[in-house]
Amino acid sequence: MTSPLARTASADELAERLTAGDRLALSRLISAVEAGREDARRALRCLYPKTGRAHVLGVTGPPGSGKSTLTTRLAAEYRARGKSVGIVAVDPTSPFTGGAILGDRVRMMELHSDSGVFMRSMATRGVMGGLARSTLDVVLLLDAFGKEVVIVETVGVGQDEVEIARAADTTVVVGVPNLGDDIQAIKAGILEIADVLVVNKADLAGADRLVADLRGMLQLAEERVWRTPILRTVATEGTGVAELIDAVAEHRAFLEGSGSSRQRRADSARRQVRAIVEDRVQRRLERLTAGAEWEQRFASIAAREQDPYSVAEEVLGEVARDGQ
Amino acid sequence: MSTESQPLRVLIAKPGLDGHDRGAKVIARALRDAGYEVIYTGIRQTPEMIAEAALQEDVDAIGLSILSGAHMTLFPRIIEELRKRGLDDVVVWAGGIIPEADVPTLKEMGIRAIFGPGSPTSETVEFLRTLKTAVAQ
Repeated sequence: MTSPLARTASADELAERLTAGDRLALSRLISAVEAGREDARRALRCLYPKTGRAHVLGVTGPPGSGKSTLTTRLAAEYRARGKSVGIVAVDPTSPFTGGAILGDRVRMMELHSDSGVFMRSMATRGVMGGLARSTLDVVLLLDAFGKEVVIVETVGVGQDEVEIARAADTTVVVGVPNLGDDIQAIKAGILEIADVLVVNKADLAGADRLVADLRGMLQLAEERVWRTPILRTVATEGTGVAELIDAVAEHRAFLEGSGSSRQRRADSARRQVRAIVEDRVQRRLERLTAGAEWEQRFASIAAREQDPYSVAEEVLGEVARDGQ
Repeated sequence: MSTESQPLRVLIAKPGLDGHDRGAKVIARALRDAGYEVIYTGIRQTPEMIAEAALQEDVDAIGLSILSGAHMTLFPRIIEELRKRGLDDVVVWAGGIIPEADVPTLKEMGIRAIFGPGSPTSETVEFLRTLKTAVAQ
């Protein structure tokens, strides 16, 4: 029995209860972080030293490639191997209404009654790149909660939504046969971030061709120490999932053995610091330049009474002062 | 504290064994268009699954769609499962085929609103809008 938790509970209290294994506190702290609450940031600071233990697995690919189904199968297989699992599934927010339908749970039915799995849906809320603004923070919270594997499923991506590579230790790129001649769906950027390539729906005609095309592209790519494997799965039937998990484990062992794990996480940290600063500056900027007075100033710039460069200079000063 | 207003998070669930999910999908779509984040769970959900989804997704409200006639059995169990998880503050409403005679009992057990066949989706949107104002205050 979980004791009730007021929605106004402070993030400190939530963090404390999260550490003690309270799932409702975890869930409410995720919301606080998503809302950009000041006290939630403080809680993240406190929890950070407790994180870094989970293996973070990114699953990305075009819409309809089977990411959700594959994620479900992966989670079930990890559970069968005795690992606790966290899932973050990102779906797009409508740019027109700000609303979203988060439908990934539909395909994750079999996991719903397993208390070793915690799954959270997130809407992108206007952020491009395949993830939501606070996806990394949510991964951190699941990690702090003690999840051994955290799977991040991106929105259906096109060709350059590669943010997932920043969040994940191992990035799995899922392709499917017949999406266009010459692997339209997984060229350039998205192919380059793949640590493991998966051809899902491998029972369809065209799978052999896709595997061959991918192999060809990998051979053209710059020689790297890690050789990206190409696996075939039929996620609806669970075929190839165990092999996929073995490939992820091999990648993890490679990262740890070669020291690239540290390098990779340092790169992530660099980008994360920049992203946090950008996010905070962005929020501050929006607040500082809102209101009727600013509307007037913008109008006067448009009328050439002021210039945007001097005004920007002035705002920059205020953003910096505001941060003290 | 953030000054931005957060979109209300709503779970749309279909408890029990009937597979008619058109109504649930229509409501999910209408709520999305009204600017809510709608977590859609699909058909054949047990009370435990619904409560668990509500906990993990930290929703403000749950809409139950039911056409099988099993509401008097399933709804109390859903309310009970929510309580067990400390989710007493989540608003629960329902839609579908629910006889008028059952409405008072359901409201007493904590179902806040019931929308029968033919209700315009705007009624549900309006009901949640009032709720959002209450949450904000």
